[in-house]
Amino acid sequence: MTPTQKADCMDLTFSATEVQASSGIAYLSACLAEQGLQADRVGDVRIALAEAVNNIVEHAYSGVDAADIQVNCRLRKNTLDIEIIDTGQPMPGTKIPEAKAASVETARQDLPEGGFGWFLIRQLTSDVVYEREAGVNRLVLSFDFAEMS
Amino acid sequence: MGLSSTTTGDTQVIAVNCDRIDAAMAIQFKEDMRRVTEAKAKRVILDLSVFEFIDSSGLGAIVASMKQLDDGCRLDLAGLHPVVEKVFRLTRMDTVFKLFASLEDAVAAD
Repeated sequence: MTPTQKADCMDLTFSATEVQASSGIAYLSACLAEQGLQADRVGDVRIALAEAVNNIVEHAYSGVDAADIQVNCRLRKNTLDIEIIDTGQPMPGTKIPEAKAASVETARQDLPEGGFGWFLIRQLTSDVVYEREAGVNRLVLSFDFAEMS
Repeated sequence: MGLSSTTTGDTQVIAVNCDRIDAAMAIQFKEDMRRVTEAKAKRVILDLSVFEFIDSSGLGAIVASMKQLDDGCRLDLAGLHPVVEKVFRLTRMDTVFKLFASLEDAVAAD
């Protein structure tokens, strides 16, 4: 249950299970708050990070032996870059999926129960970069707090 | 995960006894909600005040919980923390559910 702590509290590696991911994300969010990031921004980062990590657990490591997810946070005055590394399968077409908002203007039984992940990530980040190299997925979520007000 | 339920008249209030709902808990939550809403109240208020966080799996589980209710039954949400409310707002689910700042507000609104 306890996340493995690496160099400092801003770098974390945990095994790619829902439970470990959930505690790892909670732990990193608490670290960012401790480092002085204000509560609403910590909330935004936590939502985006959770969606990105859940995608890895559910898709990248789907059907293959799940390994680790490494998360490195670099917090500067007005920016935060979060690098997320896994050794699972590449994203389809080796690119970030399109972020379409699922329509909620529909009958109750047709309401979407999923498909919000990339939409939320795009809404909350200022930039997202994805690279695949030598069997490794590298995703960088960037937050520009000056721009995001 | 544990849900506790109190019914007064036509209204059932359900409280969740854990601090977050996310991918790890979403399926269990949906199942527990199915079991606890079998009494078929006309209005269900889900008290989310203990949740400090929700992700899209948790949101999906709440949507799924509403879809398994009878058509005549309404699911309202109360006591949303700012980060939880933000997930509802960004996905526009705030237009699907009635959101109340506190359980007291939700009960008073009837």
